[in-house]
Amino acid sequence: MQIEVMTNILDKNDKLAAENNALLSQHGIFTLNLLGSPGSGKTSLLELTITALRNDIRMAVIEGDLFTAKDADRIACHGVPVVQINTGGGCHLDASMVKTALDKLDLTALDLIIIENVGNLVCPAEFNIGEDAKATVLSITEGEDKPLKYPLVFKQAGVVVLNKIDLLPYTSFDMAAATEDIVSLNPQVVLVTASCRSGEGLEGWYDWLKRQLAAKRSATVRP
Amino acid sequence: MHEMAIAQSILDITMDTAARSGAKKVTCIKLLIGQMTQVEPEALRFCFSAMAAGSLAAGAELEITIVPLVGHCRDCGGEYLIENFRFLCSACGSAALELISGRELRVEYLEVD
Repeated sequence: MQIEVMTNILDKNDKLAAENNALLSQHGIFTLNLLGSPGSGKTSLLELTITALRNDIRMAVIEGDLFTAKDADRIACHGVPVVQINTGGGCHLDASMVKTALDKLDLTALDLIIIENVGNLVCPAEFNIGEDAKATVLSITEGEDKPLKYPLVFKQAGVVVLNKIDLLPYTSFDMAAATEDIVSLNPQVVLVTASCRSGEGLEGWYDWLKRQLAAKRSATVRP
Repeated sequence: MHEMAIAQSILDITMDTAARSGAKKVTCIKLLIGQMTQVEPEALRFCFSAMAAGSLAAGAELEITIVPLVGHCRDCGGEYLIENFRFLCSACGSAALELISGRELRVEYLEVD
């Protein structure tokens, strides 16, 4: 006997993600899912972002890692609320883990939550966690071939940050090829080339974030 | 290895559906998997068989249909296969391409006894 099902496999996760997003949106919070390989510079980008914007924007961070609270400790030094999620070996965050983390934050006192996902270009791209947008960090030392090898994480990003451009003279990274591949995968993407070490180019990233926050604010009717 | 999480969701959906229909045994699970999902069929089968052991769905075959990546161009109106992940219309070059298929992750139906 055949039984029709027609159910999305990730339906349960997607519904929880939608609940997370509805809760965050009620509070007018813009939520970013920050993706990229281990070592691409996600946490460094976060630290600089906190330093640059903390006087204007009330922000919190959720850190996802397999093990340790090393990243949460780094963020806590900057004096913003931070929650560490340890997946215990799991390769991505899911909406249920983020829901639990949100319970530990005072949502009435925030404009922005950045969720740093597990360092991985594959699995996190499949799981919505309640974000308004995804940002993908790719570092120069990873090579220009990565966008076409891991297309989904670049396709879904609202912004791609090409980090570590201070290392360009020491590598054979082909910037034209990387740019062409990212833009053809995702013609609407905002592409920022930057260095978290020198600070070069980060204005483009801050501007993008501020535009998203302004758009969220104007779309929100606070209770 | 997110196939583990996907296998768990497939098993949950299968067990819910089987319980509602009073099935004794699930023999086959028909899945639609889009080309632009990151599911490796062999890894998924391996994870599923390990998770389903001892359940109604133990030994059930995963029959997987891969759905091609197809875009509809809002400028010229055509529908095209997207090759090499280039999301530009292959006829007119427009970037106004919307995905019609290729992102599916769906349980279509079950074969049960």
